[in-house]
Parts: sequence; C-alpha cells; structure tokens
Amino acid sequence: MSTDDPPRANAANAAAEPQNAVELTGITKRFPGVIANADVNIAVRSGTVHALVGENGAGKSTLMKILYGMQRPDEGTIKVDGAAVEFHSPADAIRAGIGMVHQHFMLADNLTVLENVVLGSEPRTGARLDFKMARRKIQEISSSYGLGVEPDRLVDHLGVGERQRVEILKVLYRGARILILDEPTAVLVPQEVDELFGNLRELKAEGLTILFISHKLDEVLSVADDITVMRRGTTVASVRPGEVTARKLAELMVGSALPVPELRESTVTDEPVLEVSGLTVTSPDGRTVLDDLSFTIHAGEVLGVAGVEGNGQAELVEALMGIRPPAAGTVRLRGENITRLSTRRRREAGMAYIPEDRHRQGVLLEASLWENRILGHQTRPPSVRGPLLDRRGAKADTQRIVDEYDVRTPSIEVAATALSGGNQQKFIVGREMSGRPVVLIASHPTRGVDVGAQAAIWDQIRRARAEHLAVLMISADLDELVGMSDSLVVILRGRLVSSFDPKTVTLQDLGSAMTGAAPPTTEVA
Amino acid sequence: MGRLTPRAVLLGIAAPLGALVFAALVCAVILVVTGHSPADTVQAMITSGKRPRTFVNSINSATNYYLSAVAVAIGFRMNLFNIGVDGQYRLAALLAAGFAGATFMDSLPGPLRIVLTIAVAMLVGAAWAGVAAILKVARGVSEVISTIMLNAIATYLGQYLLLKLAVPVAGSNNIGTRPITAGGQVPGFAYPGSTSKVYGLVVLAVLVGLVYWFVLSRTRFGFDIRATGMSESAAVASGVSVRRMVLYAMLFSGAIAGLVGMPQLLGSAHSYSLDFPAGLGFIGIAVALLGRNHAAGMALAALLWGVLDNSANSLDVAGVPKEIVAIMQGVIVLSVVIAYELVRRYRVRVEQREVGRALGTTRVPAEVAA
Repeated sequence: MSTDDPPRANAANAAAEPQNAVELTGITKRFPGVIANADVNIAVRSGTVHALVGENGAGKSTLMKILYGMQRPDEGTIKVDGAAVEFHSPADAIRAGIGMVHQHFMLADNLTVLENVVLGSEPRTGARLDFKMARRKIQEISSSYGLGVEPDRLVDHLGVGERQRVEILKVLYRGARILILDEPTAVLVPQEVDELFGNLRELKAEGLTILFISHKLDEVLSVADDITVMRRGTTVASVRPGEVTARKLAELMVGSALPVPELRESTVTDEPVLEVSGLTVTSPDGRTVLDDLSFTIHAGEVLGVAGVEGNGQAELVEALMGIRPPAAGTVRLRGENITRLSTRRRREAGMAYIPEDRHRQGVLLEASLWENRILGHQTRPPSVRGPLLDRRGAKADTQRIVDEYDVRTPSIEVAATALSGGNQQKFIVGREMSGRPVVLIASHPTRGVDVGAQAAIWDQIRRARAEHLAVLMISADLDELVGMSDSLVVILRGRLVSSFDPKTVTLQDLGSAMTGAAPPTTEVA
Repeated sequence: MGRLTPRAVLLGIAAPLGALVFAALVCAVILVVTGHSPADTVQAMITSGKRPRTFVNSINSATNYYLSAVAVAIGFRMNLFNIGVDGQYRLAALLAAGFAGATFMDSLPGPLRIVLTIAVAMLVGAAWAGVAAILKVARGVSEVISTIMLNAIATYLGQYLLLKLAVPVAGSNNIGTRPITAGGQVPGFAYPGSTSKVYGLVVLAVLVGLVYWFVLSRTRFGFDIRATGMSESAAVASGVSVRRMVLYAMLFSGAIAGLVGMPQLLGSAHSYSLDFPAGLGFIGIAVALLGRNHAAGMALAALLWGVLDNSANSLDVAGVPKEIVAIMQGVIVLSVVIAYELVRRYRVRVEQREVGRALGTTRVPAEVAA
C-alpha cells in the first residue's frame, strides 16, 4: 500500500473502536541466520505515552528502526492510524507522521537552533531561504508545547536538556504526530527528566502519541500510560503502570529481580589515598572550568560526585588521570605528589580509569578483546614482557576477565565492537580492576548497560572497596550515587558546592544543590 | 587483526582481487574504445613478462617500491600521512651518494662503507621527516601540508647540492656525484638469461619487512602505534603520549624512506645523478594502500606494481600506448580503497551476528517456527 494515501484511509475501522496510532502485528525481522524480532505485537493508543522496555539486545532498536523505515520487516504489518503502511525509508515514515528522537543527538554545534531545525527541509520562497517563516513556525511550536526553545541560539551553547528539546522540535517541525524517543533520559539529571516528562504530557494533551524506549523502570512507571515489555526479540507482556511494580517489570524483562545499589557496611579507613588540593583547570580559551577543588578519598571509600553534566566532571576526571594539565593545585597519591606525572605513570602507580564514553576512551573498537586487555596496561604484566607484548599472558588474563566479570562473548578474539554495550563495559571494568589498582576513577560506570550488567559492575566495585580501593564515582544516576557512595559531593560550575551524607540525603536536596537552587550546605573539606 | 581463519584469508584476498579484476575490465573497455585489442595487449605483456630481463627488473622495482611503501605504512598505521617520502629519499640518496663517493671512503673496508652509507641515508631521511614531525608536535601543522612543501624544498635543495657535489658524468651531459668505487658497492645476484642483476639490497627490503611486522605486532611500541591509529582518544586515556608517538613514527618513517634509493644507488647507479629515479615516494603510497599496510600484503602489491611497470615498456612495441598501465594502476588504487571498506563493514557485521548467535540473544529461525 502506498504511503501517499492519507493516514485515515481505513475510516470504517476507526469508528468501531478507539483508534490506535500505531499497530505492529506479527513483526518478524531476520538477519541471515538470526532473528532480531520474532512475532512482535504492539498496539499504541492514540494520544498516549507508550513505553517499550527491555534489556540491551532485546530487539527494541531493530523494532524502532522498522517503525521508522530504516529496516523492512520480513513478516508482519504496520498500521498507522488504522491504515496499513509500508515504509521504504525514514522519509516515508516522516510523511506518515512518525518522528524519531535519537539517543545521540544529531545536531550541528556550529549552527543555530533555527538552522539545525530547518536542515534538510529548508523553507524556500523561490530560490531564497525563508528563515522568517521558519522562525515563526519554530516559535509557534515551542510555545504551544512549552518547549522553551529560542531559535537563534547557537546549539554549541545549549545544555543537554535543551538540545533534546531542539531534537523534539525538529521532528515536530516536520509534522510528526507520533514521536519515538530512544532512551531520552539517559543523558538527563532529575530536574531535566521532570521537565522532559512535563513536555511529554503537554505533547500528549495536544493529541500526539509518544513511543518511549527506556531501561529506567521508575521513570517508565511515572510517565507511561501503557508498557510493553520485550525480551529476546519478542514482546512478552503488555501492562498498565497501575498493575505492576518496578520489581515486577524487571522480572518480566530479565526473569530476575532488580538489583539495588547498596553498600553493606562501611569499609572506610583513615588512610588517605587520593588527596586533591586547590585543583584548578582552565580551558584553552581561558575560562576556569575547575575552580580550587579540594577533597580526600581514603582507602575503602567511595566518593560520589553529583552534578548536572557539563559542570566540570569531565575536566576533573581528565585532570586526575593526567590527560589535562591543571593550572594550579596538587594531586597526591598515597602521599606522593603526582600532579606532573604522565597518564602512563599514574596508571603504573595504581590509578584505574573507567571513562565516561567507552567508545571514545575505553576500547579500541576494531581490535580484539585480548588486544584491548593490553590497553592501559602497556607497561605492566601480564600484557607485556619487557618491550615485547606477552600475547599468551594477555590472552590468558583476558579469559580470566571474561569469566570473572561474566562478559558474554564467544571468544576473546572477536573485535570489541561486536559486543553489546553492557558487555563492553563489564570488560572495561574487569580490565581496570586488574593489577590491583589503589584508586579507581569511575565516570558513569553503568551508563547504558542493562540491569544484569549493572548489578555485576556494582558488585565488583563493592568487592574492590572492601579490599581498600579508593573510588571516585561520577554518575548521572542519583540512585546509584546515593546507594554506592560513602560520601557525596556536588559539583556546580566547576566548584564543589555541597557535601552530603548519602545515608540521609534526599534526591530532592541533591537535585536542588546540583542546579544551584539551594544555598551551599556544608563546606567541603 | 592477525587471525588466519579460512574466512579471514578469503576476505583479505577478495578485496584486492576484486579491484584487480575490475581494473582489468575498465582497461579492456578503454582499449576497445580507443581501437586497440585487449587480447593483443595481454599477449604482449605476458610475452614481455616471460623474459628474464623483465623478471629481474620487476624484482628490482618492487624492492624500491616496497621500501617506500613500508615508510608510508608506518605513518598510515597512526593515521599520519607522510606524503614526503619522495623528498626524503631523494635528499637521502643524494647526500648518501656524496658521502659514499667521497675520496676518504675509498680507504675504509667495504662492509663498513656500505653500513655507513646506509646509516647516513637513514639519518638524512629521518631528519627531513623530523622537520614535519616537529612542526606537527610543536605547532600543530598538518603533516600532509608540511611534507608536500618539504618535497618541493627537497627538489630545489637537491639541485643546489648536486651542483656543489657533482662531477660531469663521462660521455654525457649528465652530472652526478663522484661514483662509488667497487668496495662501497653492493654486488647483485645474477639471474640466468639476464644481463642485469637482482639488487643485493633486496635482502635489506626483506629484512625491513620482517622488522616492520615484528615491531608492529609483537612489541609494546607497535601496540602504542596501532592503538593511536585506531583511536587517539583511547590511546591517550591508556597512557600513550601521542605527541611522542607522532615524533617517533615520523622519524622512523623518514629513516625507512632514506633506504628507498639505496638498492639502486649501491646496486647499479653508484652515483646520484640528474636521472636518479624520482616519484618512488608516491608509488609507495599506492602500494601501501593496496597492501593494507601489511608486511606481506605490501610485498605482493610491490611485485604487482613492478611487473606492471616493467611489462609496460613492451607495449609500445605492440602498438598499444603503455599509459594504459598507469590507468590500470590508478583504477586499482581507487577501487581497492572502496573494496576494502566494503569488506571491512561486511566483516564487522558478520562478527556481530556471530556474537549474537553464540550468545543466544537472538533466536534462530527453527526455534521460532516451532
């Protein structure tokens, strides 16, 4: 059936029962030798927020690619507003009123919001670009859905939440009535999540339909009207939020209970391991991005750093790892001044690093797992012997990591890129924990991994902490921060503004401190 | 990297072979369109290829090309584009020739003269590449731009130096450095049926290939080079000093580039003169691309290039313009780059699929049907 048909061709059907905005029936997608989606059935009611949950690799992405016209199903039918459709490309899906907000933003930093929004569907009068009309339309959309987007700002200057709203506006501008949001909260702090959910409710009130993909079950429960659970490529349950708890949902997803980030008893010693004093970092253009930071982490202590993304966390981590030179201040590791040491020397001295972006800093995607085992350990056994690589040693130890950290891979010879994100992360954690580090700098250690892997990673951090590892943990997942930290500090605009006791702090307090809404609390030592 | 399963080998061969066949087809079409017979052309090339002389010349050309390709590949492995191999080897060959031909050398023992000459060539090549390396490390100047500029400078500097060093070549208008006397030459290997000999320094090329392979795949230093090439950000986070690696890689690349002119200088020319071959550095880029920066792959690619070049000379006799070979080489390089990328993507997809299957995260059709 042609996609040029008006969406409501099947009017007789519509009168019989409340219209479904999207209906996927019996969707099956085979890749040679493998089935990514098997007999998937989903009905999304018009004007609702419908959540699609499932672990990594459960087939959510493939399904969404099918709905967005990036892949074609081998079997099954797609109905939009009651009319069967066949998408050959995203352009077809967009014509049918479906828009996709990707997890990784697709915005050009050096263009304005306006330019980004019109990119690809530029308004023309004759041969000229008609920005005036586009600007008016953007302002109209922005105000009617409460998005608060200013068309003339440079995207480079926008925060994560704002960028996401620009992405949403982009698909609305193209006339989408059905929005697919792929893990939209992964990059947001609680206040931004609340704002996003507010936006979603407004969109819903205007009659738009939202398909929301997520791992975060409490969020799903708070915002969704219907929930569909996927496991192993197929839909296993459709539930209403009122009927289930987060625990029950997790069981549907994985067949086991949701892990809880929690430290059993304190293992904090009075032996300082990482002492930072007066650490100041300036950006190449002269701005102060870290301003006079001082803190101490003891053996067996996890220090959590909470903060809205972009408040200096990345700079802090890179300064500690010796990737970014500080403008002032000292860093001491077990009493020794390491402020001027290279990254390699720091690693040799026992600093381990779980980077925020594993693809950028954590692995060599096209190298095998055992070669990735060597990365960061180029000067230490078992990866090397003198100036030579110890291939056998590296392979044996890679196998150990794969076994101990439950990295799901058929072999240590496969390239890192072939593994799922959760398994890559477990591998990185295992590698960084090798060789008995004394300090672990963990930046979003469980970002984008499924609940099973998350529990495993938390377990490993707990175990290492019991063995006197000092940990600096940065995370956007506040439950994780509160549950895993022995002490908690908040970073805002490059300064440590508050410190909290994780046992007594509430997420609201933390949220206010992170956004600067609350006055600074306890002075940080 | 480096696993020799049958499929890996097959995939590795598929791309260059496909490119070769495609290039042959394009050339056939061009020949037909321009009114020549592809069959005659092939016939002429095969006849020429069978001559012992062509064989020897092909090996000799391949030796030069291979050294040049290794020099380029060292940079490529780190995403550094040393376009300056050409300038580096010409300058190195000129100064090494001047040095080797100097009168004080005549009194030294032969092997020492050869080693010293080669060392000078490597030092000059490294120094010339080092200029680009320092510009990049200290000032962030793109090595592509600086090495291209340095090629031009090397040309004029070379002409100036040649005028200073040169003596007239007997019986011609040519000028060259003072010829290297017998003790400083590297004797070649005789080949039955051919008056020209295989360069003695073909051994050096093989050695360079072995060292290149060993350093890259078996040493820490090689690992750091490859890591930097695959992901600079990951390499930095792992403790690699990228600036230092850039410096080393450029210096090594330049040192190997310095070797490019040696087989010919010490094996047959014995003097650097106006007709010393130029352009080998650019051929090295093509050979490195075709050989995937792989020690053995580049050897095969260098041989192919050598055979093509040397059998081209016979085409004019057969009435076919020999430029068809240059067209063929160009098409091979262009199509092989595309073919490699296609194969790479295919390989990643296959591997991801296999991991999925092995882990049972996706169902197999039989299960679903049941």
